[in-house]
Amino acid sequence: MIPAAFDYLAPTSIEEALAALSSDADEVKVLAGGQSLIPVLRLRLAAPTLVVDLGRLPDLAGVRDDGGAILIGAMTTHDELTREPLVSEHATLLAKVAQTVADPQVRHRGTFGGALVHADPAGDFPAAALALDAEMTIVGPSGPRTVPAAEFFTDLFTTAVSEDEILTAVRVPKHTGWGSHYEKFHRSAQMWSIVGVAATVRLDGGTVVEVKVGLTNMASTAIRAAAVEQQLVGQPAAPEVIASAAERAADGTSPPTDVNGDADYRQHLAKVLTRRALITACGC
Amino acid sequence: MEATITLTVDGRAETVTVDTRTSLLDALRDRLGNTSPKKGCDHGQCGACTVLLDGRRMLSCLALAVAHDGADVVTARGLADGDRLHAIQEAFIDHDALQCGYCTPGQVCSAVGMLDEAAGGSPSHVTADLTAERGLGDLDDDEIRERMSGNLCRCGAYVNIVAAIREVVGTTVDAQATTAAR
Ligand SMILES: Cc1cc2nc3c(=O)[nH]c(=O)nc-3n(C[C@H](O)[C@H](O)[C@H](O)COP(=O)(O)OP(=O)(O)OC[C@H]3O[C@@H](n4cnc5c(N)ncnc54)[C@H](O)[C@@H]3O)c2cc1C
Ligand code: FES
Ligand code: FES
Repeated sequence: MIPAAFDYLAPTSIEEALAALSSDADEVKVLAGGQSLIPVLRLRLAAPTLVVDLGRLPDLAGVRDDGGAILIGAMTTHDELTREPLVSEHATLLAKVAQTVADPQVRHRGTFGGALVHADPAGDFPAAALALDAEMTIVGPSGPRTVPAAEFFTDLFTTAVSEDEILTAVRVPKHTGWGSHYEKFHRSAQMWSIVGVAATVRLDGGTVVEVKVGLTNMASTAIRAAAVEQQLVGQPAAPEVIASAAERAADGTSPPTDVNGDADYRQHLAKVLTRRALITACGC
Repeated sequence: MEATITLTVDGRAETVTVDTRTSLLDALRDRLGNTSPKKGCDHGQCGACTVLLDGRRMLSCLALAVAHDGADVVTARGLADGDRLHAIQEAFIDHDALQCGYCTPGQVCSAVGMLDEAAGGSPSHVTADLTAERGLGDLDDDEIRERMSGNLCRCGAYVNIVAAIREVVGTTVDAQATTAAR
């Protein structure tokens, strides 16, 4: 049983949901898939007095074509990301990342928006959102605003979404035809990343024209491996060229030391996994 | 705070008043007397509490009962048709796919959900080509293991669990081929 009692509300409009978030309840929490929030409540890491369930809001789930981008509703489940043709065609990296998250049962309930707002440094989606230059749409009492992924993740379990706001959608620019791969290092199938590397590249006749690399669990938030990207742009997509660039994957990182590994072990992993992710993404 | 909800559990409509903190698992076991789903960890780690919610496998320990008013829930108990067991349940017996049996109701629900997903063409992490047409016939042992990774078994009956599922995949694919040939 969850120790602290709370009131429960399942609004059917975004206005009703926002009003509940601004109510005078002591602490309000939004519930999406519950795959992180319910364990958090059981462990007493949070004790809201009001839980606002987004599950009955219309229009928050699903993926649609938006011209140069795809628009992913915050309540779209991880499972839907793996099955949605718009995602596998225009944001292949995201479909690949979604398949590595947790297990099928969790993927049926867990939502893309929930995973981004939860912002676990070991969570797999933030690195992909960074590598795909995603843009988050957040609504609050003063209307909607847009925050680029690069400014969204502010610290451990902390994002640009404040307590009276809701993340409604994520806009992902189309990366049609880009090579991509997510190299996740974990001890058993359903576990979190010890380190993960999300890589996506645009090649032209064997040359790397654009490349973006996101790192999971290498700092208090996901980060881009900027040094690797800079070294690789304009270079031929060849294993030895990639290996040399991947040596810079740990530049500027500050990974944690925990039961799964020391910081220097993670820095070693980042280089190896970046090499593997880029070689697979380039198909060389 | 309390709330009254209605669930269809294994085909029967049930109305129950729960504290908002009650998980779907506790509502099923403690309030509705359906002890088929098991509590292994209560944290989403083990899969013992797996049920089918509106046809999809999920963890009943990581759901608030109050959030699922009106839902259709199927537990391992409801997979059988009276005394006639589901093909997956029969195969688990034939292949000794259990020892203590604690994880089994979750394994069985998960396997049934998994076969449905695979038949519908859902890819898994070990699926090579994300865009190719897929069906049940593509379920090799690696695919079965990956797709069942959310269900742990402390007794280590994994080898026989894979064998049981493989058999049902085989007989289903054969039956489909026979129907198609007619
Ligand atoms: C066994 C297990 C293994 C897992 N393994 C992995 C893994 O390998 N990799 C990984 O990345 N994740 C993993 N997860 C976490 C999973 O991806 C969660 O689903 C996800 O982190 C949270 O999504 P949710 O929809 O369940 O959100 P919830 O748990 O409902 O919410 C999480 C937090 O986000 C807030 N929130 C949710 N949606 C919104 C919104 N739209 N607007 C504002 N705030 C919002 C909530 O208030 C809460 O604070 C695992 C979970 C479990 C149980
Ligand atoms: S009891 Fe639900 S996953 Fe273990
Ligand atoms: S049969 Fe004992 S835990 Fe699986």
